[in-house]
Amino acid sequence: MTPLVTIRDLDKSFPGVKALRKARFELLPGEVHALMGENGAGKSTLMKVLAGIYQKDAGEILIEGKPADIASPRAAQDLGISIIHQELNLMNELTAAQNIFIGREPKQAMGFLLDEGALNRATAEIFSRMNLALDPRAEVGDLTVAMQQMVEIAKALSFRSRVLIMDEPTAALNKAEIAELFGIIRQLKSEGVGIVYISHKMDELKEISDRVTVMRDGEYVGTVPTDSTSVDTIISMMVGRSLTETKTDVPDLSSHDVVLEVRNLRRSNAIQDVSFKLRKGEILGFAGLMGAGRTEVARAIFGADPLDGGDIIVRGRPVTIRSPKDAVRLGIGYLSEDRKRFGLATGMDVAANIVMPCLSKFLSLNMIIKARAIRETARSYIKQLRIKTPSDAQEVRFLSGGNQQKIVIAKWLARDCEILFFDEPTRGIDVGAKNEIYKLLNTLAAQGRAIVMISSELPEILRMSHRIAVMCEGRLTGELPADGATQEDIMRLATQRHSLTADGPNAAIGEATT
Amino acid sequence: MLSQGAWQKILAFASLIALMAVFSIASENFLRSDNLIGILQATAVNGVLAVAATFVIITGGIDLSVGTLMTFCAVIAGVVLTYWGLPMPLGILAAIAAGALSGAVSGTLIAKMKIPPFIATLGMMMLLKGLALVISGTRPIYFNDTPNFSMISQESLIGAVLPFLPIPNGVLILFIVAVVSSLVLTRTAFGRYTFALGSNEEAVRLSGVNTDFWKIIVYTVSGGICGIAGLIIASRLNSAQPALGQGYELDAIAAVVIGGTSLSGGRGTILGTIIGALIISVLTNGLRILSVAQEWQTVVTGIIIILAVYADILRRRS
Repeated sequence: MTPLVTIRDLDKSFPGVKALRKARFELLPGEVHALMGENGAGKSTLMKVLAGIYQKDAGEILIEGKPADIASPRAAQDLGISIIHQELNLMNELTAAQNIFIGREPKQAMGFLLDEGALNRATAEIFSRMNLALDPRAEVGDLTVAMQQMVEIAKALSFRSRVLIMDEPTAALNKAEIAELFGIIRQLKSEGVGIVYISHKMDELKEISDRVTVMRDGEYVGTVPTDSTSVDTIISMMVGRSLTETKTDVPDLSSHDVVLEVRNLRRSNAIQDVSFKLRKGEILGFAGLMGAGRTEVARAIFGADPLDGGDIIVRGRPVTIRSPKDAVRLGIGYLSEDRKRFGLATGMDVAANIVMPCLSKFLSLNMIIKARAIRETARSYIKQLRIKTPSDAQEVRFLSGGNQQKIVIAKWLARDCEILFFDEPTRGIDVGAKNEIYKLLNTLAAQGRAIVMISSELPEILRMSHRIAVMCEGRLTGELPADGATQEDIMRLATQRHSLTADGPNAAIGEATT
Repeated sequence: MLSQGAWQKILAFASLIALMAVFSIASENFLRSDNLIGILQATAVNGVLAVAATFVIITGGIDLSVGTLMTFCAVIAGVVLTYWGLPMPLGILAAIAAGALSGAVSGTLIAKMKIPPFIATLGMMMLLKGLALVISGTRPIYFNDTPNFSMISQESLIGAVLPFLPIPNGVLILFIVAVVSSLVLTRTAFGRYTFALGSNEEAVRLSGVNTDFWKIIVYTVSGGICGIAGLIIASRLNSAQPALGQGYELDAIAAVVIGGTSLSGGRGTILGTIIGALIISVLTNGLRILSVAQEWQTVVTGIIIILAVYADILRRRS
C-alpha cells in the first residue's frame, strides 16, 4: 500500500529556534495515526508544514509517493490535505454554511451571484452525514465551542480530503461529543481517509489510533503500533531525555509560616475544587499540560478572573480578592506567561517599566514624577537582577527575552510582593538566560518570598520545585515531593483524566492537601 | 430572535421616524413635498459616499479619503470635459476610473505594504486634496461647455414619467448605487469575502482565499463609488470645487456608524447606512427649519452619533 503521506528529513527553523530537525512521518490510507510529544516537541509545526501554512527549510514530502511542493493552504487543499486547527479559525459573524464554503461558494448559472440555497443544502448534507443536528444558517458566533469544532470538521469533510489533520480536536468537547467525533473518524477511516490525530490524552489514543509516532525537541523518536504498546512506553518515549542539570537542594520548610492557602477554588469546568498551601521561602511547581487550568488558578487568585467559590487565606487571614488591585495590596504578584501582551510596555524604557506598578511612590504633590528617584530605583534593580541593558533609558523592546523577563520580575519586586506567581517564566528565552532566571528564583525564595512556578517543561519543574502540584482538566490530580519525583510520575498525573482514574491502573499517587 | 444587525436597523429606522414626527409637529413646513425632496437631494452625495465607506468599514478598515477623493474625481471630470472638451460619457468614465484607481492605491498600501488603514487613507486624503488643487490651479472648473452635465444630478427622469414625483436624478443614482451595493454585498462572493475579512482575516487566509487581492478590490470598489459621488456634487454645483471635500468623510463614517455597521468589522448593511445618512439630513434640515444655528446643528449631530453607538453597545452587553 502506498502511503498517503511520507515526510522525510524535514527541517524548519524560526528566528532563534530550530523547530524541526530531520522530522519524519508516514500516514497510510484508512489509518488513524496519533502524533505525540510534549509541548513544544514540534507536532503542530510539522503538521502546519504539511498543511501549507509554514514552508519547509529542507527535506521532502511525498503525497501518494509523488514529491509535492505545498506552497500554500490552497495547495494543500488541492492535494486533499485539510487541517483542523487547535485554535478554531472561524468567522463568527458568518453562518455555519458560509464558513464551510468560504472561498468555494457555489454560484448561480450566471457565475456572478452566490447560490445560497445550494450552499445551505450542501452543508445540510455534510451535517446529516455527521449525524449533526445544526442549522446551516446558524451564525457561528452564537454556537458553543463544541459546535464550532463540529463546523470546522464539517469544513474539512467538505473538501473530500484524503488526509485530515486534527490538532487536539477534543480539547473543548464533552464525552458525548467525543463519542460522536470518534464515530465520524471511524466512518472516514472506512472510506480510506488517513487521519493525523494530535492529542495528549492517552485514553483517547488507545481507543481511536492505529499507530503512534512520538516526537521530542523537534526530532523523530519512533513509531509504534498502538495495540501492542503500553502507555508507560509511550510516555517514556516522550520524556526520553536525561536530566543533566543539577537539582537544587530542597530546604526544610516545615517550620515556615503558610503565607497563602487556597481551599476549594471553583469556576465551572476550568477550576474544579483546587486546594493547596504555600509556605514562606517555598517554590511550589505547578506542572501539567497546556490547558490543564494552572494559569486559570493563578489568574483567579490574582483577581484577574472571577471565581464561583472557594476561600483564599493570606498570612492566616481570609481575604476577598475582587481585582488585581486587591491582590497587589495583599502582596501578591502575577508574572504573565505572555510578557509582551500583559507584562510590559515594550515601547517604553526600562526605568518606566520597572516603576509602573508603584508610580505613586515616585510622585511629589501626587502629580509630578521624580525622575531621579525612579532612575536610582531602576538602576538598583538592574544591578541586583543583572539586567543586561545599555542604560535604564533603553526601550524594553530592544532587550532579549531573558532580560525582558527580569524587568517583569523587577516590577513586582519594586512593589514589595511576598507571594509571586511565575507563569512559564522561561518560555521563549535561551538556555543561558534560563539559568539566570533559575538562580534568581532561588535567591528570591531564600530571601523568604513564596513562589508558585507554573511550567510546562518537566525538567524545569523537577529542577526548581521544592514541591510539585500537578493539574489535569482543572483538577489538582496530585502532589509530589520534589525529592525522588520523576518525569514519568508527573506525566502520569498530568494525563490522569476522569476516564483513566475510573479504570484504576494509574490511580492517584498523592492526594491534594486540603 | 432578531439578529444584532436587524435590531440596529429597526432602532435606526425608528429614530428616523421619530425625528420626522418631532419636526413635522414643530414645523408645518417640514412635511411639504419640496422640503422632503430637498432632504433627499441633500442625502444623495453623503449617501453615496457612506455606501462607499460601508464596504471598507465592513472589512474592519476605515477610509478617511472618501471626501477629498470625491473632489479629486470631480476635478478629473472637469479636466476631461472642460479643459479637453471631450464628450460627457468619457468624463463620467474618467471620474469613476480615477476613483477606482485611487482606491486601488489605498488598498495596495494597506494590503501589500501593511500600512494601517487609518494612516494610509489619511495620507491619501491629504495627497488627493493637494492634487485636486494643483490640477485645477486652485480655481473651480465650470461645466458650461457640457450643458447636459447638470442632468446627472438636477433633472428628474422619474418626474418625466411620473410628474407628481419629481425626484432628482442624484437621488435616483443614490438609490441605484445602494441597491446594487446591497446585492453585491449579500449575494456575491466578493461581498462574502468583504464580511469574512472583517470577521476573521486569518481564517479567510487559511481557507486558501487571496485576502490581499480581495482587500484591494474592496478599496477599489469603494473608490469607484466615490467617483460617482464626485459626479453628483459636480453636477449639482455645475462645477468642480477643488477646495471642497474635507469633512465629508466624517459625515459618511457617521452615517455608516449610525446605520449599525460595526467599526470592528464583520457586520453591516447598506440599508442601515442609507437610514443613517437620512437621519443626518433630516436632522440638519429640521434644525434649520426651526432656525437653530448651524453651530448647534453640528453639536446635535455629534450627540446623535455617540448615542447611536452607545445604544448598540448597551444592547450587545445585555
